[in-house]
Amino acid sequence: MAPRKPGKVVGTAYLKVDGPDKVTGRTLFADDLALPRMLWCKLLRSPHAHARILAIDTAAAAAMPGVKAVLTGRDLPTPFGILPVSQDEHALCPDRVRFIGDPVAAVAAETEEQALEAAHAIRVDYERLPEIDSVQSALRTPEPLIHDYGDAGNVHKRIHLEFGDTEKGFAEADEIVEQNYFFEGNTHLPLEQHASLAVKTPDGKLCIWSSTQTPHYLHRALTKVLGMPAAHVRVVACPNGGGFGGKSDPFNHEIVVAKLALLTGRPVKIGLTREEVFYCHRGRHPTLMSVKAGVRRDGALTALHFRTQLDGGAYGSYGVASTYYTGALQTVTYRVPRYRFEGLRAFTNKPPCGPKRGHGTPQPRFALEVHMDRIAERLGLDPLEMRLRHLQPANSLTANFLQVGSMGLGKCLEEVRERSGWREKHGKLPRGRGVGLACSSYISGAGLPIYWNALPHSGVQLRLDRSGGVTAFCGATDIGQGSDTVLAGCVADVLGIDPLDVRVVTGDTDLTPVDLGSYSSRVTLMMGNAAVEAAERARALVAGAVAEKLGVPAERIALEDRRVFDLEDPAKGMTFQEACIAAEAKHGTLGTVGSYTPPRSPARFRGAGVGPSPAYSYQACVAEVEVDPETGEVKVPRIWIAHDVGRAINRTTTIGQVEGGVYMGLGEALMEEMAYRGNRGVVHKFPSMLEYKSPTTREMCEVETILVEDPDPNGPFGGKEAGQGPLLPVMPAVANAVFDAVGVRVDEIPVSAPKVLKALQRLAAGQEGRYGPAGLPAADYGEVTRVLPPWEGGDGRDMKKQEVGAGGVRGHIPGGK
Amino acid sequence: MLRLPPFEYLRPAGLEEAIRMRADAGPAGQFVAGGTDLWPNMKRRQETPAVVIDIAALPVLRGVAAGPGGGLRLGAGLRLSEVESQRDLLAAYGAVAHGASTISTPLLRNMGTLGGNLLLDTRCNYYDQTFEWRRSIDFCMKKDGDTCWVAPGSPRCWAVQSSDLAPVMVALGAEVTLRSTAGERSIPVAALYADDGMKFTTKRPEELLTAVTLPAPDGWRAVYRKVRRRGSFDFPVLGTAVWARLAGGGPEPLVEDVRIVLGAVGSAPLRARAAEDLLRGKPLTEEAMRAAGAAAWKPAKPMDNTDLTLGWRKDVVRPEVARALAELL
Ligand SMILES: Cc1cc2nc3c(=O)[nH]c(=O)nc-3n(C[C@H](O)[C@H](O)[C@H](O)COP(=O)(O)OP(=O)(O)OC[C@H]3O[C@@H](n4cnc5c(N)ncnc54)[C@H](O)[C@@H]3O)c2cc1C
Ligand code: SF4
Repeated sequence: MAPRKPGKVVGTAYLKVDGPDKVTGRTLFADDLALPRMLWCKLLRSPHAHARILAIDTAAAAAMPGVKAVLTGRDLPTPFGILPVSQDEHALCPDRVRFIGDPVAAVAAETEEQALEAAHAIRVDYERLPEIDSVQSALRTPEPLIHDYGDAGNVHKRIHLEFGDTEKGFAEADEIVEQNYFFEGNTHLPLEQHASLAVKTPDGKLCIWSSTQTPHYLHRALTKVLGMPAAHVRVVACPNGGGFGGKSDPFNHEIVVAKLALLTGRPVKIGLTREEVFYCHRGRHPTLMSVKAGVRRDGALTALHFRTQLDGGAYGSYGVASTYYTGALQTVTYRVPRYRFEGLRAFTNKPPCGPKRGHGTPQPRFALEVHMDRIAERLGLDPLEMRLRHLQPANSLTANFLQVGSMGLGKCLEEVRERSGWREKHGKLPRGRGVGLACSSYISGAGLPIYWNALPHSGVQLRLDRSGGVTAFCGATDIGQGSDTVLAGCVADVLGIDPLDVRVVTGDTDLTPVDLGSYSSRVTLMMGNAAVEAAERARALVAGAVAEKLGVPAERIALEDRRVFDLEDPAKGMTFQEACIAAEAKHGTLGTVGSYTPPRSPARFRGAGVGPSPAYSYQACVAEVEVDPETGEVKVPRIWIAHDVGRAINRTTTIGQVEGGVYMGLGEALMEEMAYRGNRGVVHKFPSMLEYKSPTTREMCEVETILVEDPDPNGPFGGKEAGQGPLLPVMPAVANAVFDAVGVRVDEIPVSAPKVLKALQRLAAGQEGRYGPAGLPAADYGEVTRVLPPWEGGDGRDMKKQEVGAGGVRGHIPGGK
Repeated sequence: MLRLPPFEYLRPAGLEEAIRMRADAGPAGQFVAGGTDLWPNMKRRQETPAVVIDIAALPVLRGVAAGPGGGLRLGAGLRLSEVESQRDLLAAYGAVAHGASTISTPLLRNMGTLGGNLLLDTRCNYYDQTFEWRRSIDFCMKKDGDTCWVAPGSPRCWAVQSSDLAPVMVALGAEVTLRSTAGERSIPVAALYADDGMKFTTKRPEELLTAVTLPAPDGWRAVYRKVRRRGSFDFPVLGTAVWARLAGGGPEPLVEDVRIVLGAVGSAPLRARAAEDLLRGKPLTEEAMRAAGAAAWKPAKPMDNTDLTLGWRKDVVRPEVARALAELL
């Protein structure tokens, strides 16, 4: 089915509905909220990376001035976690701490200073345990266990999938290209530090305002840990001052202030320090990778084998999904006839890793795109033309049964080739300057929810009344990405009104229908589809009433420019408000709903839950760099990026997302790293915005964004995601450009000056001009699940199950969730 | 958020009152000017003065006047943004203006002062951390602990002198004026610093820095180059200040005299004397610049306690010194 055609709003650069409030400083973020008689909460955090808690003495703290309550792990014994398979967190550690910063106790006091003083007065006796600071040491150290669950020792998760006989594929290749890569961990660094305010309402219920991207999942976790009926818990997601995945887990501090509010009967607030945000983390997993590709002389892949080893940090978080994601999307850009993926995630004594923008896919995308550059170099082909020749076709299935719909990557490549002057620049600029290319793709929402169920992923409710006012209710959360603006725009477009005529009410579990949250680039597509459905139903009510009044068939009724009129005689009609009055008179109180559930994926094998999406966005990116050959310093003056968004609902905010992605990608490419001090018990090296280096406006490059619009049948108006994909190609494009500029390969992110200089020194000394990992530690990835690709007669199930017969489908756990 | 510890805040009306207040407060007292160094340090409990005496508003510290022998006397309370923007005044002292302009961000330069910059606490990323963080490493020698984690077994602290203006002032041969209830004295800026991360200044705690006096601009030239990760915000990981008297024009003038001072590679600004000796009395050729870079590389001894790797920070001394010399021309 073709997507709905835009009216007068969608596709334009209409005003952001929250724009005026944001730029005039009027938006109330969670930390701006205050209530009368409010108490302040402070957490006492572990100074050890791994230790047993022997005793906690809170007596002195409880007796200090202003202190109203002190909590320890005993007060909140129920575990929680974002994934059903990783319920491994506690609001306060009951018996074991797993990283420096793990919370152990909490204080509520009249002032924040008093809460801090009291937290410092709590005495905790620890027995230190051996610390694990990397995948290597986790593999070497199966005991003591960081958690008492997982696939083996301190390996949390192992994955081994094979789609077709890759050995056969390698045998058919003209060349085999192998290399190892490393992607250092990095963090979201939202400007807004997490904050929450909880209150016990007079009727005994709980209400919490929080900087969360996922009010729905926080609602679930609070219900579980506090043992309260779900209907008695209200979560309000405040506008987030940036999220990027760092506010997608339910957090210990949220549960703690909720408990303290219930206990004291007073509002309780917490505002994390920047350092504490580093301890919440859930950012990019440090990932070691090896890639083996078989290629024909023209650059066609015959087989691809990827291995990834993820340093997960101290808790599960989204980690199981992250691990699958390091293997899932390699197949949607270029044809991969046979594909094998081995992945593992290890527990280590660091802040937990999770979903940062791109969730699990930037690391393998970096490796794959640098690998493609290597392949082109080896074969003497232009890396852009080579990619163009072997694109995964639109409307096709991949080897791992991902259903590709619209696919604008070819157009993206042509656009950046022309705009960047690729042909005149690549391999032709003077030493020290170079250009590099990379492509990427991302999901527009996950095909399956975190908790498997048959319920919609997003719901929108519309209320219209005689005032002509339209209110749109949705559980989605605006984290700055502009989802409120998309909601207003989709509704306004269908109803023929201005987006600013729509009042949006979002992210409130009492008031709004469930939307799963602002993660996995799902909101525009899923909420958008639900909004279109609800608006079309409202449109039918309004049009029906007006048709009756005008005495014309309903099909002839148009809604545009705040008017409802006869298409054949536009003068005949009424204002939108008059139309609403007519509709309310005819139908009674007006309200409609819409919801969205993604189509079922053809993939049926174990682990198939991660990767399927209603639609994939595509990107091609060219970066130009200047490398100082004496210092290795890299500057990026300009980036050209073409993004296949299907349809830009709002042009300006879409370009904003692309530029924001480029900015964040540039930071990852050049400097950002979560570094720890091995010599001091795995302490975070610099949990501050000064020393955790992230680009300033001075480092930000010129960005030329090209929107490619190839409408996808599954998107609202054909729209796909824009929030995450555009980050992905930046890191490999920069690395490839450095190679073009000075002839050395840095197979490691970030591409920092010391690494470039080291590679240059090696090259000058007659060695290989490369900086990167030598290999991966030997590991067991578990039993292989074999699936035949579609073109070899596969039906999406794993081969063992196929042999057993159709009954084998039962009991499959999508995504291992 | 991070909160300040409790302290008594005093605001003197004049210089005499300021130094008396400071004398009265004894070891528990401390001056504050812009506070861009002190307040964050107090929030992190690196410094916990019980009495803070705010000198930022004292007009006597904010003047610019002619110094002895044609030099220039800058009040210690001048904001960095004033120092960098007084380009007319500082036409002859471009290296000072440029040095000031490389410090942190425009916002911080609107608060931070010249005096505060020269007396900035030494830095180390085992030390510039919150109380909670430092507790997790059992603290370190500079504050609350016994061991130096940068060089365990070392009897001293290696925290880094990270002021951008310190190497510039040393290279220029500027002087500072210090005043206390015991009287006033002037010393070369080079003598203000001690090579020790903890006792990094020879200024007595109760002395107020009132002015910095720049030498007369009688034909010398000076430049300052800063290496840092980003174009704003960041402290130097290497600062290179070069002062020289060159004779004769042309592309390769003769070096009559030269001072090369490196910042951020030790607990005090470091004179690269061997490099200077190579240059003195010879034409400033490209080869000489490279040789001087190599000679300056030797004594530079960065430790693993700032941004970037120590190997790289040492390596870039070579090109940076050579480039600074080239900039003289
Ligand atoms: C994020 C950030 C980035 C920074 N980046 C840089 C940088 O790139 N380069 C750099 O050089 N600095 C940098 N700084 C440090 C600092 O901002 C500047 O050095 C500034 O000039 C300090 O001046 P102030 O007046 O604010 O000092 P204050 O904080 O007021 O004082 C600093 C110290 O000097 C003492 N003091 C101040 N004035 C006097 C006086 N007249 N007499 C006696 N004692 C005095 C105080 O007691 C205190 O011990 C940075 C700071 C921050 C927070
Ligand atoms: S150099 Fe050593 S003693 Fe000095 S601050 Fe750093 S760790 Fe502490």
